[in-house]
Amino acid sequence: MGLEAILQKDGYVTTTIDAIVSWARKSSVWPMPMGISCCAIEMISAADPKYDIARFGSEVMRFTPRQCDLMIVAGTVTYKMAQVVRRIYDQMPEPKWVIAMGACTSSGGMYRSYSVVQGIDQFLPVDVYTAGCPPRPENLLNALMTLQEKIGKTKARDFQNRPLVDLELAQN
Amino acid sequence: MDRISQIYNDEKLLKRLHDDPGLTIEDALENEMVINMGPQHPATHGVLRLVLRLDGETVMGIVPELGYLHRGYEKMAENMSYIEFIPHTDRLDYLATMCNNVAYVLAVEKLAGIEAPKRAQYIRMIVSELSRIASHLVAIGTFAMDVGAVTMVMWTFREREKIQNIFDRLAGARFTTSYTRIGGVAADMDDEAIAMARKFLEEIEPAMVEMDKLMLGNRIFIDRLEGIGILSKEDAIDLGITGPNLRSSGVEYDVRRAKPYLFYNEVDFNIPVYTEGDCLARYHQRGDELRESAKILKQLLDKIPNGEVMANDPKKVLPHKTEIYSKMEELIHDFMIINFGINPPVGDTYFSVENPKGELGFYFVSNGTGNPWKLKIHSPSFCNLQAIPKLCKGAMVSDVVAIIGSLDPVMGEADK
Amino acid sequence: MDVKALIVEKVKEKFGSSLEEVSDFRDDLCLTIKRDQIVPLGNFLKNDPDLQFSMCKDVTAIDWATRKNRFTVVYHIHSFKLNFTLRIKANITDESNSIESVTSLWKSADWYERETYDMYGIKFVNHPDLRRMYMPEGFEHYPLRKDFPLLGIPGSLPFPKKAE
Ligand code: SF4
Repeated sequence: MGLEAILQKDGYVTTTIDAIVSWARKSSVWPMPMGISCCAIEMISAADPKYDIARFGSEVMRFTPRQCDLMIVAGTVTYKMAQVVRRIYDQMPEPKWVIAMGACTSSGGMYRSYSVVQGIDQFLPVDVYTAGCPPRPENLLNALMTLQEKIGKTKARDFQNRPLVDLELAQN
Repeated sequence: MDRISQIYNDEKLLKRLHDDPGLTIEDALENEMVINMGPQHPATHGVLRLVLRLDGETVMGIVPELGYLHRGYEKMAENMSYIEFIPHTDRLDYLATMCNNVAYVLAVEKLAGIEAPKRAQYIRMIVSELSRIASHLVAIGTFAMDVGAVTMVMWTFREREKIQNIFDRLAGARFTTSYTRIGGVAADMDDEAIAMARKFLEEIEPAMVEMDKLMLGNRIFIDRLEGIGILSKEDAIDLGITGPNLRSSGVEYDVRRAKPYLFYNEVDFNIPVYTEGDCLARYHQRGDELRESAKILKQLLDKIPNGEVMANDPKKVLPHKTEIYSKMEELIHDFMIINFGINPPVGDTYFSVENPKGELGFYFVSNGTGNPWKLKIHSPSFCNLQAIPKLCKGAMVSDVVAIIGSLDPVMGEADK
Repeated sequence: MDVKALIVEKVKEKFGSSLEEVSDFRDDLCLTIKRDQIVPLGNFLKNDPDLQFSMCKDVTAIDWATRKNRFTVVYHIHSFKLNFTLRIKANITDESNSIESVTSLWKSADWYERETYDMYGIKFVNHPDLRRMYMPEGFEHYPLRKDFPLLGIPGSLPFPKKAE
């Protein structure tokens, strides 16, 4: 590793708080796998030995929203499910990000029908859209890297003093 | 009742009850509670929601709620032509996409009276058996994960990845393949793909032995499954269960044998049957079926005949792309089929095949136009889920997870 | 004896007057029966020792849209003994959109009938728990009816507000 070599020579490095905080933030994004339908299978594939999402520090898939920074919405969101997705999103602590995985979540995809939400950006702030039906695991990893780039630009002081969302109010 | 009389004999407790007038025996100990499981829950295989009524750890009643993935397939099918619906069949049971593709085109071919050439039929059998293996691998892996063995899911996904590669070569997609066409298949299976399938078959055997060693040598795994969620033969029939779940309850019914479609009457295979009907039997059932599929595949790869992969029926079957670009007549036929559909005769047909999850049936009502007047999908996961209230009653909470895993539902298909 | 001929003969003998039509399209046998005879017919088919249609595979409906009484309820039942799947149809002949439930014969019909109710609004009399299967409670329309638009009716389904 590069860092150890440098440390051995000089003994210390200097950096800014912002840099180190955003570095820590972006390299340990814990996803909340909101696997709804077919895309969820590719999301699991991204975690399997061949694609290995652990290389990007995101292998810790937590099924409770309270422990996550990133929601990967993978699958067709119906109107009935939208309430649930929103409620789970509200439970996640700040700062939080959203990846819309697949055509369905991004735009409704091939389902122009009465029960499918035509894009989750109607009720969630989406950071990265991923194309494909389903996106290949490589594409999901690409989305994750794009998001890491975005997170890398945040400052240490961002996300302070954000009020907690009132769950009951947010529902209606 | 027993417990209450026991409590009445417990002096310490009685004293406490006496001292605290607000505490009654009902709300202190007779507490049934209702908890909600899902739709976002790691063990419900998708977006199934269960509402459980519990007495302590025991499940008194359970109500499944579906519809969180209801995408309106049947309505969409009425608004599109027969060919346009093929990609939608991928997303029904998204773990066994090829099987759905094959089932759908066979149903349309029955309605329209088309027959695909023999090589195409063989390719269809090959891909559906590969798909069956992939689906059962996921079923076994996630089932094991549900009861606490996370290693297994890694192993099965590793094996499944090889099948995905074969599909990638055949259809250009990992699992949303849309590979079949009405009257044949989209592309021929080349030697490379056949070699890949052969290689996969060689590797799956030792892998299965390894997996079985891991799981069946594990006392905890066996203890968690044996005797849990017993489904009797009569109940299974009454509840309309199909597929491996039905066979593990002792009914020897497999559509491939009962009403052979494609060329299943030309291959030699057994139908594994278990009589116990518990979760462990359902686990074994899938493993055995997987091996049978491998056996079928071996025969198919040896026997596959040469020839065309699309039927020659210009009014109903799409011509080959290169011909569309070079010949006038083909261009016109292509235009007519894509724009006006294949117009099967007026009537209704039901056709079902054996999918990894059970019997998948398509019921078409045609009024002679290019779009189906009605399409009803009889999805195996939907009817298999109907067994949950029956199986879970009286079980422990942790058994509920095992039972759902053993039934192996896929919500994309159950909710349609 | 041919399975189809056997079934038709047996049913004709018992339900001669209420059997409206027997059709055989692409090798699928279909019996059309008067609506009020559906449970007796089901009972007969299930319990007759020669037939034993012990599994109900599917219940659905067809909306004919232009016909006056527009719904037909369709059943698919299976006999392991004969290795045969039979289709039964019953036309709903009045405005009530109701038909007797067959859940007393086949438990599996429970969810199928709920689904049909959800999608077409057909009421199954004596069904133990007739509520919506897929759409949320409180939804007022029946999606698979031909007069329901593909893209739905805006505002008919609840939807969360946009998060900031
Ligand atoms: S984008 Fe495609 S693969 Fe993903 S959930 Fe939608 S239909 Fe399924």
